[in-house]
Amino acid sequence: MTAFVSAFVRDEFVAPKPPPPSTVGVVGWMRQNLFSSVLNSILTIAAGALIVWLLIPLVRFTLIDAVWSGEDRSACAQATGACWAYVKAYLPQFVYGRYPIGERWRVDIVFWMLVIGLVPLLIPRVPLKRLNAIFLLTFYPLIAYVLLTGGHHVFTGSFLPEGLVPPSVRFAAEYALVSALIILAVGLLSVLLGKPVAGSGALAGMILGGLGLVLAVVSIDFGLEPVETANWGGLLVTLVVAVTGMVASLPLGVLLALGRRSAMPVVRLASVTFIEVCRGVPLITVLFMASVMLPLFLPEGVTFDKLLRALIGVALFSSAYMAETIRGGLQAMPRGQYEGAMALGLSYWQMMRMIILPQALRLVIPGIVGSFIALFKDTTLVAIIGLFDFLGQIQASANDSKWASPVTGITGYVFAAMVFWAFCFSMSRYAGFMEKRLDRSRR
Amino acid sequence: MNKHITSLIFGASLALAGISAASAGTLEDVKAKGFVQCGVNPSLIGFGIADEKGEWSGIDVDFCRAVASAIFNDPTKVKFSPLNAKERFTALQSGEVDLLSRNTTWTMSRDSSLGLMFVGVTYYDGQGFMVRKSLGVSSALELSGAKVCTQTGTTTELNLADYFRSHNMPYEVVAFEKNEEVLQAYEAGRCDAYTTDASGLYAERLKLTNPDDHMILPEIISKEPLGPAVRQGDDKWFTLVKWTYFALINAEELGLTKANIDEKKSSDNPEIKRFVGAEGDFGTPIGLTSDWAYRIVKNVGNYGEIFDANVGPSTKLGIARGLNNLWSKGGIQYAPPIR
Repeated sequence: MTAFVSAFVRDEFVAPKPPPPSTVGVVGWMRQNLFSSVLNSILTIAAGALIVWLLIPLVRFTLIDAVWSGEDRSACAQATGACWAYVKAYLPQFVYGRYPIGERWRVDIVFWMLVIGLVPLLIPRVPLKRLNAIFLLTFYPLIAYVLLTGGHHVFTGSFLPEGLVPPSVRFAAEYALVSALIILAVGLLSVLLGKPVAGSGALAGMILGGLGLVLAVVSIDFGLEPVETANWGGLLVTLVVAVTGMVASLPLGVLLALGRRSAMPVVRLASVTFIEVCRGVPLITVLFMASVMLPLFLPEGVTFDKLLRALIGVALFSSAYMAETIRGGLQAMPRGQYEGAMALGLSYWQMMRMIILPQALRLVIPGIVGSFIALFKDTTLVAIIGLFDFLGQIQASANDSKWASPVTGITGYVFAAMVFWAFCFSMSRYAGFMEKRLDRSRR
Repeated sequence: MNKHITSLIFGASLALAGISAASAGTLEDVKAKGFVQCGVNPSLIGFGIADEKGEWSGIDVDFCRAVASAIFNDPTKVKFSPLNAKERFTALQSGEVDLLSRNTTWTMSRDSSLGLMFVGVTYYDGQGFMVRKSLGVSSALELSGAKVCTQTGTTTELNLADYFRSHNMPYEVVAFEKNEEVLQAYEAGRCDAYTTDASGLYAERLKLTNPDDHMILPEIISKEPLGPAVRQGDDKWFTLVKWTYFALINAEELGLTKANIDEKKSSDNPEIKRFVGAEGDFGTPIGLTSDWAYRIVKNVGNYGEIFDANVGPSTKLGIARGLNNLWSKGGIQYAPPIR
C-alpha cells in the first residue's frame, strides 16, 4: 500500500488551529448572541438597562430595605422596604383564614394527603396509577370533606310517617325506598326498550350505592368539631375552589365538547346553549348571581352555603371554557381516526375512550393548562362575594391597626404575587414536561 | 323592554313580600339554634375586623356580643358573617344573618324601601378633613384655596363642593379612583387636605409614615349615622335589639360599668334597680329574663367602654367622643329610660 503513496501527499493531519478567541468562551457567546449586529447591540444594552432599572428597586424593596422581624406596626412604620414581619405574623391566617386554631391539623392532613396522592400520580415512573387516581378522585374528596367541615350531617328524612320508622333510620329507609323504585324503573325501561336489563340495572345500582355510601359517611359522627365555611379562608379557600373547579371542569368539559359535536339535536342544542351562556357572562356576574340573587329566590331560612354556591358557579363556568378547548382537539383529529374506529366495530363510547380522546386531549394540553392557570387566578374573584381567599385575606389583614403602615399593603400584594406565581409557574412547567413526554413519537 | 323590567321588578317584590310575610319569630329561631348570626364588616379597624388569631373586635362586633349577652348571658354565642357592602342587605333580607351590624349609614331610602329597619345610631360619623400639623390650620374654615384629595364618584366629592361653596371658599379637587391612591397622593404632598368619613380618616392616618404629624380637623360636614339594622316585619326582635342599644347608653349614663355593676347591683338608686332587674320586670315583655340589661353590661360593658376600647383616645385610632358623647356631656347619644 505504501508504495503507491506519493511523496507529496501528507500521511498525517495538520493539527487544527484553535478557533479565533473572539468566537469562543464568554466573549464569543456574547458576540454571537448579544452583539451580532448594531441593532442587536442596541437592543441588548436597552434590555439590560431595563432589567437593572427594574431589578434594583425590586431587590431593594424585597430584600435590602425590608423589615424581617418586629412585633407590630412600629417596626414597619418608617420602613421603605417590604414589611415581612407582618407576613410572618399573619402567615397562619393567610393559609387557614379564621379556621379555629385548635382544628388546623385537619387542614394540614387534607393538604398533605393531596400532596401524597398527587405527587406519585404526576411522576410517570411510579406504578399503581389507576389505584392512585381512584383514591384521589373518590375517597380523597370524601375524606377531605369530612375533615374540613367536621361531617356529622343530620338527615331527618321527609315523607315517611314518623310513627312508622324510628327517626334515626327514617332517612336511610326513605333512601332505600327511592333507590329500589329507581332501579325498578330502570329495569322496566330496559325491558320495554328490549335492552339487557343487567347492564343498566348494575350501573344505576352502583351510582345509587355510591351515593348512599357518601351520605352514610358524611352523617357519621367522628367527634370532629364542625367548622363553618364562613370561617375558612386564605390559601385553603383558594385551593378548594381551584382544585374543585379543575377536577370538575375536565370531565364536564369533555361531555360538553362531545355534546356539542353530537348528531343528536337536543343534546347539541343544550350543550351549545350552556357553553355560550357561560362564556358570554363574566365570572363576576355568575358569582354575584349566586351570592346576591339566589338567596332572594329561595324561601326564607333555606340558605345554601356561600362557598358551595361559589364552587358550583366556578365549576360550571370553567367547564364551558374547557369544553371549547377540548372541542378544538376533537376537531383536529383526522376523519380517518373516527372511520377506522368505526370500521373496527367499536361503539361510540369505546371509540371516544380508546381512540379519539387520548389523542385529542394530548393535542390540547397547552390549552387545558392555560384554562387551569386562568381558573387558579380567577379564584381571587370570590373575594367579591365575601369569601376570603388568599388575596382577600391579605387585603383584609392589611387594615389591621396593629400592622397598618405605608408598606403593609404593598408587602401583602408582593407576597400574594409570589405565591400565585409559584403555583402557576409550576403548573406550566409540569405541563411542558408532560407535553414533551407524550409527544416523543412525533419527534 | 320597559314592560319586561317592570314585570320583573313586580315579580321580585312579590317574592320579597312573600318572604317577609313568612318570617316568624327571629328571637325563637335564635334561641333554638343557640347563637346570633351577625353580619359584620371584615376589615374596618374599630368597627369590625379579625386580628391575626381570628379574634373579632370593633364597635359593631361588640354590639352583636351585647345582643348575644342579653339573650344567652354569653357574649361568645354569636357567629359573625363577614359581609361586603353589596351583599349586606341581601344577607339580612334572606335571613342569612339575624342582625346587620356593619357600619351602615341610616338613610331614609334604606329605611323605607330595602325591607330593613335601623335600630339606632351606634356611631355618629360624618365627613371630615385631615391635614398636616405643619400646615398650621386648626379649622376647616381656614382651608380656603386648599387642594383637597378625595375619591372620585362618591358623595364625598359632592359634600366637599357644597361645603366650600356655601362658605365662599375657593378650592381645588385632586380626585383618584382608589383609596390607596388618594392616600399616596396626600402623603406625597400633592394636596393640603384629605377628606372622607372621619372614622375612615383615623384609620387611613395609621397607614401614613408618621401618623402623629397629621391631624383631623374638628369640622364634620356631612351626616353619616351608622347603626345596626334588622329585618322588617319582626317587631319583637326589633324591640329587643333596639333596647339592647338603649341599655348600653343608659348604663353609661347611670355610671354602670363592667367592673362595678356587681357592687352597684344592690344600690338603692331606683333607676339602677330597674336596670339590673332588682325592681320590676322589663325583660319578660321582650322575651328575655329580668336581668337582661345587667347581663349586657356584665359581659360587654356600657357604650362608653365599647367606644373607648375600640376607637377611643387610648386606642391606635384615637378618636375623640365628640358627637358620640352622652347628651349630658355635650354629645347627642341619648336613650329613653327603662321604666
